[in-house]
Amino acid sequence: MNKGGLLAAFLMAATIAFVIIGTVWPGPAAVAYAGGGGLVGSSSTPEGAATNLGNEIRSRDWDKAYAGLANKAQFTEQEFIHDLTGYYPSLRSNATLDNFEVFPLHSDNSEAQVRMKLFWSTVVGTSVSTRDLRIVRSGDHWAPEWPIVKEAVVPPQVIPVNYLRWDVVYRGPGDDWGVQDVEEPHVRIIDMNPVERADGVVILGEILNEDVVPAYVSVAATLLSKSQATIATEGSFDKISHLLLPKQVTPFFILFPDASLSDVGSVRMTPFSTLIPASADPVIEVDNENLNPAPDASLTGQLINQSGRPVSVAHVLGTFYNKSGQVVWVADEYVDRALLPQTPVPFNIHIPEDLAKNISSQRTVVASYSFGGSI
Amino acid sequence: MRFVVLLAVLAVASMDNALAQVDSLGFPRTVQAGSAFSVQFEGNGQGTLYIVGPGQVLKRDVRLGETTYFSASSLCNAGHYLAVLSAGSSSSKGEFDVLPASKPADVSFLAKPSRLPVGLRNGITGAVYVFDGYHNLIASPMPVQFELANPSGGTQTRSTVTRYGAAWTEFDSTPQQGVDKFLARIGDITSSRIVRQVPGDPCGLKMSATQAGEKLHLVTEPVRDCSGNSVPDGTIVTFTQTYRGAQSTVDVPLKRGIAEVEMPSHAGATISVASGVVLGNQIQWER
Repeated sequence: MNKGGLLAAFLMAATIAFVIIGTVWPGPAAVAYAGGGGLVGSSSTPEGAATNLGNEIRSRDWDKAYAGLANKAQFTEQEFIHDLTGYYPSLRSNATLDNFEVFPLHSDNSEAQVRMKLFWSTVVGTSVSTRDLRIVRSGDHWAPEWPIVKEAVVPPQVIPVNYLRWDVVYRGPGDDWGVQDVEEPHVRIIDMNPVERADGVVILGEILNEDVVPAYVSVAATLLSKSQATIATEGSFDKISHLLLPKQVTPFFILFPDASLSDVGSVRMTPFSTLIPASADPVIEVDNENLNPAPDASLTGQLINQSGRPVSVAHVLGTFYNKSGQVVWVADEYVDRALLPQTPVPFNIHIPEDLAKNISSQRTVVASYSFGGSI
Repeated sequence: MRFVVLLAVLAVASMDNALAQVDSLGFPRTVQAGSAFSVQFEGNGQGTLYIVGPGQVLKRDVRLGETTYFSASSLCNAGHYLAVLSAGSSSSKGEFDVLPASKPADVSFLAKPSRLPVGLRNGITGAVYVFDGYHNLIASPMPVQFELANPSGGTQTRSTVTRYGAAWTEFDSTPQQGVDKFLARIGDITSSRIVRQVPGDPCGLKMSATQAGEKLHLVTEPVRDCSGNSVPDGTIVTFTQTYRGAQSTVDVPLKRGIAEVEMPSHAGATISVASGVVLGNQIQWER
């Protein structure tokens, strides 16, 4: 038998052995996720109590998680569940807790403080939330107190909305050749800047809808070598607001993984636009925007939904400029909570540390989506 | 004698001319699309005639030595045709062209764009293609008239002649917004399109601020372009407030010609307004 055959036989034997070991002596996590019992460890330490709570949230065992709280008299189980999954349809509604981390902050004989970092898996990627928990000693074990955040109550009111909407009627299949179709929206790239980063070349820029109708937009870029040969073509995907109302501007971000700017002779930009039915509402105010310097450079602020209907998903896009007004970075964040009318919701967009010192101004736009409605 | 020679020359010339008008099978060199024609085949007995052309094949039993008639609309598609006559063990072939009818029956009118900003030089283009009743492109020159009429009654006119079946023109968009009628006329045939002229970028964007309780009420004056046309509702106007290094921004759509919003009120705040790439005025709020 040659060496390859020996290796294959060894790998097969090892796989079978591990399957048998895993089946006969499964780990507690495997048992819990297979539905064979809870992943509850000892609550003899504050970290252990917080870890138990995290595992119960991850397995969506709400009854057990609520029952183990020291301050459960302050709120109902439904309020506890809503605090974790959202009161209104949002990104969090269908998210699952992928992972969590527990960091001890303070501890004494009777109580402790831990920070729980929760990593939620949502349809647009991982969403991180952080809660500081107080853990109190109760006899021979520790029990966490959940820092409940009750949903703000919107006072009964009537918010007048002058509903403004565009619908599109395209030409039909029976129309004669030469009969006009509706003109596609006119869009224009108003800024473009290629940047070299560790993970490749990034094309940053802004695109303007200069028409009087709403547009669905995207941007494609092609890197050309110095001999005008095509290196690669990529499109903007998530760091762009695809719906642009008349005279609205969105940033775009196009990543070319593993490309090098030294190989690039020129860049060919191809904006794309098409008509799309759209509504002019909701109007979302971006309040208190602050550029926070390194370390932990970020753009923070609050979103305030000025319309009367909850917004399920808000996508915040930050465009960052240097002193001469050139786009130097584009970053985004999805807010995983619904935006209730007139209720501020914070956002925090991370800025790479090395770029933070070059940023002197920014511009924030918000794309929104409401379940049961259109973009 | 001179007279006899002249007659002989004329006879030979007319024979050449006649020979030039028909092919070897007796088909005329050219036939107008859709028209009736006849052919007399030489010889006697029965034969089978095949005619092959663009998108069309005909098979006809013919009697040699007699005239064969082709009714109107027998051959409709303009182009080059091949005719093969098979009689007994022999066959012969001929070629002829079917030409478009000289009278236009249909016109395809391409007008671009269907929507454009006002005041754009040569912004509107129109192109026509002229066809006969069988959708053959008429390649011979034909006079065409283009008209662009705006709702207030103003009309721009251009006259031109088709070349190889097509003609085109350009118009400036007018300073006034509205729905213009773009017309192409060839003989008694007309075709019209609609061109919507929409306002351009906002011009002289101006807002004012008033205290509204604890908030600041910002409202623009009616937003117009540089020709005085009202910018349509839905156009985004961006209000930006800067106060002690923090910034607040709202993108507000125009409704009923104006944009209005309520923002936090801070004495000393700087508020600016913009739409697209057009900047408006700036207010230093001191109350």
